Amino acid sequence: MTEAAASSASLARAEARARARRRSWSWLVPTLYILFLMLPIYWLVNMSFKTTNEILGAFSLWPRNFTLQNYQRIFTDPVWYWGYFNSLIYVTINTVISVAVALPAAYAFSRYRFMGDKHLFFWLLTNRMAPPAIFVLPFIQLYSSVGLFDTHIAVAMAHLLFNIPLAVWILEGFMSGIPREIDETAYIDGYSFPRFFVRIFMPLVASGIGVAAFFCFMFSWVELLLAKSLTSVVARPIASVMTRTSSISGYELGQLAAAGVLTIIPGALVIWFVRNYIAKGFALGRV
Amino acid sequence: MIELLNVTRIVDGETHIRDVSLRLEDGTLNVLLGPTLAGKTSLMRLMAGLDQPTSGAIRVNGQDVRRVPVQKRGVAMVYQQFINYPTLTVYENIASPLRVARMARATIDEEVRRTADLLQLGPMLERMPHELSGGQQQRVAIARAIVKKAGLVLLDEPLANLDYKLREELRAELPRIFAESGAIFVYATTEPTEALLLGGNTATMSEGRITQFGPTIDVFHRPADLLTARTFADPPLNTMPARKAGAGFELEGGAVVPAGALAAIADGNYTLGFRAHHLGLMPQLPGAVAVETTVEISEITGSESYIHVRHGGSRWVMLAPGVHNLDPGTAVTAYIDTRRILIFDTNGRALAHAPGLAA
Repeated sequence: MTEAAASSASLARAEARARARRRSWSWLVPTLYILFLMLPIYWLVNMSFKTTNEILGAFSLWPRNFTLQNYQRIFTDPVWYWGYFNSLIYVTINTVISVAVALPAAYAFSRYRFMGDKHLFFWLLTNRMAPPAIFVLPFIQLYSSVGLFDTHIAVAMAHLLFNIPLAVWILEGFMSGIPREIDETAYIDGYSFPRFFVRIFMPLVASGIGVAAFFCFMFSWVELLLAKSLTSVVARPIASVMTRTSSISGYELGQLAAAGVLTIIPGALVIWFVRNYIAKGFALGRV
Repeated sequence: MIELLNVTRIVDGETHIRDVSLRLEDGTLNVLLGPTLAGKTSLMRLMAGLDQPTSGAIRVNGQDVRRVPVQKRGVAMVYQQFINYPTLTVYENIASPLRVARMARATIDEEVRRTADLLQLGPMLERMPHELSGGQQQRVAIARAIVKKAGLVLLDEPLANLDYKLREELRAELPRIFAESGAIFVYATTEPTEALLLGGNTATMSEGRITQFGPTIDVFHRPADLLTARTFADPPLNTMPARKAGAGFELEGGAVVPAGALAAIADGNYTLGFRAHHLGLMPQLPGAVAVETTVEISEITGSESYIHVRHGGSRWVMLAPGVHNLDPGTAVTAYIDTRRILIFDTNGRALAHAPGLAA
């Protein structure tokens, strides 16, 4: 039993203490991060269960008079719940068309060389840089003159303007990651192009299709300006319906909050389904 | 039988294949030998129909096939990279050409299992390709090529990405597997040793051209020109300039190689070539020519030594049996086995016989 043993023991103790100290603080940053991140969402949910009077009257961390009235109104009033249906309809149409059109386009960009292919690919991207506002007027005029104003397809088509380039861009990244030799092997094996594309190629880029569909869904779902301007009654999206809550007595804040909570749900559901693919999309640097 | 007639392929102003004419018979094994970028893959892609020649004709059994799409060519191809369908099981991967051909389910099952057993893939049929090792993945690709029973089987450096042991194994199996099929078998490789081990015929390639085509052993022993000899040599071919005067070739430094049967050829400048194992530290035979050289570096591989030496302006590699750890700068006397010397004229063409070499 010597000095060396004693000092090494004390050293080990010091190390253990240091480790404990480090461990004791490691939870802090993520907790704060999540806290700040969730606070506005909590506040929205909190508000949705309060009456407008309570929201305006007092500061309360949780509903004093818990009420489901806000939700009840949304689920019983056709104007409200049709707002959601309308949004979902045009978002779905838009996502389906975007992916269906982008698949062959992305394949062409990824596999073939043609005149101006690089310029065309870049030009697609610039479509995303243009603010939707500048397209509002031409779209309204154009759709009115061909009788498409206030239809779901009108909004869906307007959103294609920025969703197709995005989907092409994402899918091209995924497709270029697949060796061309797989295509050739399929042809050598005797596959015709359509059969190869559907049987062999699409399963290979399934995660890319998932990511592209997710982003088309998201962008179409949150886009307000075009959706609102191109509709009036029949195809009115939820975001537009929400502006209804202003009345002589001011905004019905509880109602708005409840509508807001319901708007988050579809996006959250979609994220849940494609969460594994999104990471892959980010890793490819295309999202 | 597949015939290529004066086939040229130019891509973006770059000539990938230059005026190639080649005729491959059914049931033969043909090796395309050449360094990287020699055009081996380009030539295979032309044979498969994946690319079209810029000019020239390709005929299969006398029929021009330039307008026939890949799907209808009846070829099979294995790439250097392990190419399988990642989303299909091993079973479905092997079955895929048969499924496309709409064969009966029972026949497909029988064929797939027979081929899988042949390549020792039996226990892995239900796995996905990415769950297999590299060698197994390549065996799946080879199985898919076999099961199709194509008339033309193209193997583009199929063993290059495999480890040594597997390569030896598969190399021994491949000719046997394909021999019974009666197909034309084309095998691209960068390694002269691999070509010699496979046998059959060899076409040496260099810069998009076929420099020589014939039985592998003939091409090795009697290269038609310097380019072929260089391509078909590992370690690299040793060369030296020589001047023919009267009955001998005078080397740099004064040594004379007797011209023997070639005494009648015109006097002038020639290039002599000889392989690493025809250069030794001891006179292998009476009549070996001694040259003074300086050691640059010696590499010992187990029981043999590669000794890099310099003689005047030439650098040679010597393959000497036994362990010789010579320090750089050491002066050694090297002996050239003159019976095996190859002689090329100034245009690089080989002269019929080396001096003293009877056959």
